[in-house]
Amino acid sequence: MKRDRGLLSVENLVKHFDISGGLLDQLSFDKGRLIRKQTTVKAVNNVSFTIQAGETLSVVGESGCGKSTLARTIMGLYPPDSGRIYYQSERIDHLSSHQMLPYRAKMQMIFQDPYASLNPRKTVRQTLEEPLTFHHRNLSPGRVKEKVAEVMTQVGVAPQWAGRYPHEFSGGQRQRISIARALMVDPEFIVADEPVSALDVSIQAQILNLLMNAQKKRGLTYLFITHDLSVVAHISTRVAVMYLGTLCELAPRAELYAAPRHPYTRALLSAIPKLGRKKQKHIRLSGEVPTPIHLPGGCVFHGRCQYADDRCHREIPELKRLSTGTYVACHAVEEGRNQP
Amino acid sequence: MGQLLAVKDLTVKFALRRSSLTAVNNVSFSLSRGERMGLVGESGAGKSVTGFSLINLISKPGYIDTGSILFEGRELTGLSDEEIRQIRGNRITMIFQDPMMTLNPVLTIGTQMVETLKAHGNISTRKAEAVAIDKLRLVQIPSPEKRLRQYPHEFSGGMRQRIVIAIALLTEPALIIADEPTTALDVTIQAEIMDLLITLCDLSKMGLILITHDLGVVSEVTEKIAVMYAGKIVESGPTRSIISDPSHPYTKGLVKAIPGNIPPGEPLHQIPGMMPTLTDIPAGCSFHPRCEYAGNICTTQIPDLAPVPSRQSNVACHMISGRLAPSDIGSAARRKRQTAIAEELPA
Repeated sequence: MKRDRGLLSVENLVKHFDISGGLLDQLSFDKGRLIRKQTTVKAVNNVSFTIQAGETLSVVGESGCGKSTLARTIMGLYPPDSGRIYYQSERIDHLSSHQMLPYRAKMQMIFQDPYASLNPRKTVRQTLEEPLTFHHRNLSPGRVKEKVAEVMTQVGVAPQWAGRYPHEFSGGQRQRISIARALMVDPEFIVADEPVSALDVSIQAQILNLLMNAQKKRGLTYLFITHDLSVVAHISTRVAVMYLGTLCELAPRAELYAAPRHPYTRALLSAIPKLGRKKQKHIRLSGEVPTPIHLPGGCVFHGRCQYADDRCHREIPELKRLSTGTYVACHAVEEGRNQP
Repeated sequence: MGQLLAVKDLTVKFALRRSSLTAVNNVSFSLSRGERMGLVGESGAGKSVTGFSLINLISKPGYIDTGSILFEGRELTGLSDEEIRQIRGNRITMIFQDPMMTLNPVLTIGTQMVETLKAHGNISTRKAEAVAIDKLRLVQIPSPEKRLRQYPHEFSGGMRQRIVIAIALLTEPALIIADEPTTALDVTIQAEIMDLLITLCDLSKMGLILITHDLGVVSEVTEKIAVMYAGKIVESGPTRSIISDPSHPYTKGLVKAIPGNIPPGEPLHQIPGMMPTLTDIPAGCSFHPRCEYAGNICTTQIPDLAPVPSRQSNVACHMISGRLAPSDIGSAARRKRQTAIAEELPA
């Protein structure tokens, strides 16, 4: 039987970065002997999940947990160290850049900072035309112009402004232009890396509405990377929680917010400030977040977990499916010793 | 509880080549000892400038144009640099957004803490270190004696912000101004820092002015808030009642725009347009171009911040004060929508 790989599937993805520098930087003396030491940041470790067509899968986690690296590796911006990525059941992680071309038009990305992600020396029209003429070389100039106007109207930027430069727009409008750029080639799948984190609340609502509308109209699939749990609660179909490069919980949205299983997810959810309520007691995590350079052995969360025992120090927990549809990687949940 | 701070009709301007720009416009509020207040608004609303101007941290071309700042019975506007220095960093201290920018990377934590104490009083190094250790313990930094000899890069982001707080506490201030103290931190760390600030304020009857754009944080930490828009306070009063039942159309829009107040997947409430830049503030109520209730009077007359009958809050809105006739509500907004549609359609 063929596996259900949905629209996009990631299997045992690993991405490490070597930060040890050149050979001379790696050499050092230890007790009179020359040794060579390499330092790697273990950004993504053994992550697997499947995204179904039409859904919004959100990846949440704190800074440095590897969520952006995961997004960029999926998009092919970083080559994975090991593991496989499938798009519509076709393996895409080992393709040459030429073979990758048809997938590039189907998968697009929206970045966090609309100030950094638009070329300041290109007009909006030039920015929007580029992906279209690149992927469809025989399109007539008239058709290209039409398409630019059409997409600009869809994202709520008046097409008359196409001749202007990014600095003439506000942050919210720039993010609309970034979204327009991603929509130009009519993609199926969009990776949005913190698309509203740099925006004010009232503008954030405008952009989230725009993204939800585009999804409804075009049947888009989103991989949504964010640290904002209230945004996640609003837009996601399913939510994946990451900690130190590993997936600790993956669950349908309602299930995750109603009954979080993993101790880290619980702590994270209890830390969200709530409107109109007095300060709630939140679950206090002891200790500091370890660096992804020196990953703890066993479960990466054991140093801060109140349920951690001997097994958690030794054995890496696997992501296991519960009857509720939640996937969770925790020995304590599995053994039922996570009750306070 | 005695009064700690009374700001009255504060106006801060920035001189431009020919004209000037009003960043803070006629702002008034007061704070009692041990009270926690939130100054809320979107970027560019003037909340940080308000906070900075309290301790004269406004550098040229900015200046306090009019108004008075009464702190512990003393007028702060018009003090000389020498006089304000005895209050700034001593009776009133400040916590900034990014702890890595606030701390000096080439000095140990201990050096920076002792330096602060020596700047504000005649104290021996040994005594100053003892105070520093005491304050580090207060912000829950483990083994403070050892940590005192370390540099900022040896601490995590949350730890650094704790150190910044410890430095702010050194001189036992009566008021702390915290400008987005947790914006650069993760949620779990943010929750811990906020807990800490609340405990510290309660413990030593310290006043807190929390400047932030995050309504969630404000509603958990503060007792009262002032909502700013384009340099003015548009609504102020007890936090709980304003968040749960805002009066001003802008505050209403802000609260409704936050995901979590409506069912998942539904369109979020959005305030059309964006905040005007300070160089081009609309006539009348500065919110009127974005307000769905705007009537004729809103486009010409500036509303005053006035108490709302039957509530404890103050609101600057013609509709709430009743000056906008019910039949006129929304007339200007409707007109604007029609002209906007007419302009957009190509001829």
